[in-house]
Amino acid sequence: MFETFSLLTLQQYWWFLVAVLGALFVLMTFVQGGQTLLSTLSSSEEEKDMLVASLGRKWELTFTALVMFGGALFAAFPLFYSISFGGAYFVWMAILFCFIIQAVSYEYRKKPNNFLGKKTYELFLFINGSLGIILIGAALGTLFSGGNFIKNDMNLAHWTMASRGLEAVLNPFNVIFGLTLFFLARVLAELYFLNNIDSNNIIEKTKKALKKDGVIFVILYLALTGMILSMSGVGYDKNGFFIQEYKFLNNFLANPILLVLFLAGTLLVLYSIFISLFKDSDKGIWFGGLGAVLAVISILSLLGFNNTAIYPSLADIQSSLSIENASGSKYTLSVMSYVSLGVPFVLGYIFLVWRSMDQVKITSEEIQEDSHHY
Amino acid sequence: MENSLLVELSRAQFALTALYHWLFVPLTLGLSFIVAIMETIYVKTGNEEWKKITKFWMTLFAINFAIGLATGIIMEFEFGTNWANYSWIVGDIFGAPLAIEGIMAFFLESTFFAVMFFGWNKVSKKIHLLSTWLVAVGSNLSALWILVANGWMQSPVGMKFNPDTARFEMEKFFDVLFNPVAVSKFLHTISSGYVMGSLFVIGISAWFLLKGKEVIFAKRSIIVAASFGLLASIFLIVTGDESAYQVAQKQPAKLATMEGLYDGEKRAGIIAIGQLNPDKKIGDRTTDPFLWKLEVPNALSLLGYRQIDAFVPGINDLVLGNERLEIEPAIVKIEKGKLALESLRGYKDAKKVGNEELANSYLEKFRTYEKYMGYGYLKKAEEIIPPIGLTFYSFHIMVGLGSWFLLLFILVLYFSMIGKIEEKRLLLKSALLTIPLGYLAHESGWIVAEVGRQPWAIQDMLPIGVATSQLDATAVSITMSLFAILFTSLLIAEIKIMVTQIKLGFKEH
Ligand code: HDD
Ligand code: HEM
Ligand code: HEM
Repeated sequence: MFETFSLLTLQQYWWFLVAVLGALFVLMTFVQGGQTLLSTLSSSEEEKDMLVASLGRKWELTFTALVMFGGALFAAFPLFYSISFGGAYFVWMAILFCFIIQAVSYEYRKKPNNFLGKKTYELFLFINGSLGIILIGAALGTLFSGGNFIKNDMNLAHWTMASRGLEAVLNPFNVIFGLTLFFLARVLAELYFLNNIDSNNIIEKTKKALKKDGVIFVILYLALTGMILSMSGVGYDKNGFFIQEYKFLNNFLANPILLVLFLAGTLLVLYSIFISLFKDSDKGIWFGGLGAVLAVISILSLLGFNNTAIYPSLADIQSSLSIENASGSKYTLSVMSYVSLGVPFVLGYIFLVWRSMDQVKITSEEIQEDSHHY
Repeated sequence: MENSLLVELSRAQFALTALYHWLFVPLTLGLSFIVAIMETIYVKTGNEEWKKITKFWMTLFAINFAIGLATGIIMEFEFGTNWANYSWIVGDIFGAPLAIEGIMAFFLESTFFAVMFFGWNKVSKKIHLLSTWLVAVGSNLSALWILVANGWMQSPVGMKFNPDTARFEMEKFFDVLFNPVAVSKFLHTISSGYVMGSLFVIGISAWFLLKGKEVIFAKRSIIVAASFGLLASIFLIVTGDESAYQVAQKQPAKLATMEGLYDGEKRAGIIAIGQLNPDKKIGDRTTDPFLWKLEVPNALSLLGYRQIDAFVPGINDLVLGNERLEIEPAIVKIEKGKLALESLRGYKDAKKVGNEELANSYLEKFRTYEKYMGYGYLKKAEEIIPPIGLTFYSFHIMVGLGSWFLLLFILVLYFSMIGKIEEKRLLLKSALLTIPLGYLAHESGWIVAEVGRQPWAIQDMLPIGVATSQLDATAVSITMSLFAILFTSLLIAEIKIMVTQIKLGFKEH
């Protein structure tokens, strides 16, 4: 089936999949958001344990989604993988360190004789949830704002700044991208706790936090949207890459479906905050989660269609990457497309497993009984 | 473009992170199956003691698993961060198994891991058991795909070089998947993981027996682990033999180095143990390569070629060439490689100015010398030989220990069967001390595979000097120091937590 598709169709299909995986990763960052709220939302050790238990049963999915996002980029757009990871070295390394320390923290936090002490592991969780997410946001921001690389005719590249990607955090757009993602993660975490934990005290505090984080998120999100719609982007034609004003606004108008996805996603997120705060609903996470997924798919897809650069070069515009010049070969993309048919199946079993595991909300008795509690 | 300090540091960092990752993966591979077997016995018999046994080993499994994940994530991204040119030049083939690993294996592991640990009271016994098995299958599937990727580096197949994109592109996925090197690598590696899991369970149980604690639990654990370990160990030796056969076919320089064979011969023997002579140099045909040695005659010809009088080429034959056997001198390969690279350059330049005719003639020339392309980057003929001492000793440590493990499993199983295991205190002590030896065998195996592959990142195609990212050496030394500090702290934490949990015994879990 996939062999009969044109190369361009396969490239677009794969960029769309990258956008979907990216969106699922963003959805799962509720775990990271929650990690930054452990002290804010709890008044006792027992309550903190409930929050940790609630997140701790799901943290691996976020981690795995990140690995998957990397793997998909490697397989489908190896030139992007090579240039961005090898170029913006310090940023990616910093992100990885933030995830390495997360991986042991749930398991080791409360175990006796754990060498670094409970406080350190909690600090690790906080760093992962804050710095880790803000940096990932900033790195995603560079897909719009560009990186400092030059590639030669053998497609080998070098980075032109000694700061190796860290310069990205000097660009306000990237910073706002990172902060928006960070507050989105917190909002999602709050919606998730309302749904997953049965404790009046925690619910009370969560709502208070949601009010604050919700407002900050909405402001940042509007700012980010404004910047994306008004910024110039890099487009290309037969003759090469060039700067285009209002590139992303144009892309929206050229792909009304993306606009619909974006608006629907935004409204769902707003609706979820509204019903959680004013209607006492605990179902907000379903709407907010779906909304976040739709909005992120739409934003990332803006880069892959309508002759747009997925990674503009600030040092030499002709070095910019697009889905066409950065992708794997047609053969590899079609083989991988068959593999991608497994994705819905994977999502299906994850959904089924979690439905059966989450039938009962977390209470303090429940985690006491749990033989493997974190 | 070559910056040797950068290359050395990038290698060192990769080696450091991989060796750390590999401290945890083998136990995951083996213990996941042992735990699944134990839980199956529990579900079949309904005996609560088996549940306690299962849960005890599961707790240790989780502690190890967490740090396995922590050290694994960096490896995937390191291909991009530190081997950026490599990622582009071979990413079209190499990226696919990594992505498939994510879709097929990692989600399976991480989803059912949660059921395995938090689902005891939430799902039925059968579903729980199924989840435990799925975690075991998932971890072995992840080993499959990463080893397919590694097998392809050792013996690249199923691809073609595309001069327009200046990279290798995949032509036959199933050739990559069923690459004989990948298959033998996968089988040998997972069985080495099963052996590690068994050594671990036996060693810890032996400690309980020596202390006279938890005797029943420990004895039952030993029976499961020793049976599993014995089977795995036999399989390990068979697949190890197959791995050596593959090395002989695909990587003769690695084989010669593994055995310290300088001058090729018919009816070549295997060195059982020996000490290399540090004065021996490549090209010198008179000095004895060994200070002393114990040799098994004919064995190398048999192992490598399945024929008793097969000729096994030595280091000198590969470097200087051997006319009679039609082995080209390395220097000739290097010259041909340079022609390949020059014609590729010529092709590119001709294309740029639109001279199709010239481009085609360059392309034709390139195709003639293409298979030597990687050699074109080398400077000296001796560069084709990997570090001899490290490869030789690592190989012999692995094989020697493999034989000891087999013996240990036989003895432990035998004395357990006749009910005398508690009295054999020396055996129990050796079993405990063998746990670190298991790790040593593992790390040695990978050193043979990876150091023995030098100077190639992709055998004969891409030397490591061309594969790195263009970074400053300082950048890599900073991250490497951070890795060393962080991973070492986490390792200390892991060991302390493990030991404490073991001391708590079976009833606490
Ligand atoms: C418990 C660990 C262990 C033990 C006892 C053995 N091996 Fe092994 N061996 C491994 C663990 C391992 C490994 C870590 O899994 C390696 C590293 C790369 C690989 O494919 O498997 C390996 C690699 C490896 C290679 C190199 C493959 C390559 O370069 O691609 C050869 C030739 C052998 N082994 C052969 C043997 C033989 C003949 C053994 C006889 C007893 C043996 N191994 C025991
Ligand atoms: C987990 C087990 C592994 C261990 C312990 C290990 C060990 C090592 C070591 C010691 C080196 C440095 C060799 C040298 O430069 O002299 C190395 C390099 C490397 N390994 Fe592995 N390796 C492992 C698995 C893998 C796998 C599965 C892959 C690929 C899928 C891989 C890919 C590489 C690459 C790309 C390099 C850098 C290039 C080079 O030095 O050749 N390794 N590894
Ligand atoms: C012989 C080589 C290797 C084998 C058999 C292997 C196997 C495994 C297994 C079984 C796990 C599950 C966690 C655990 O074991 O604790 C794991 C984790 C991981 N490995 Fe390795 N690995 C190898 C080398 C590598 C290399 C070279 C990479 C880089 C591509 C890598 C990337 C990862 C990642 C990203 C994880 C975390 C995955 C997650 O989110 O679940 N591994 N590996």
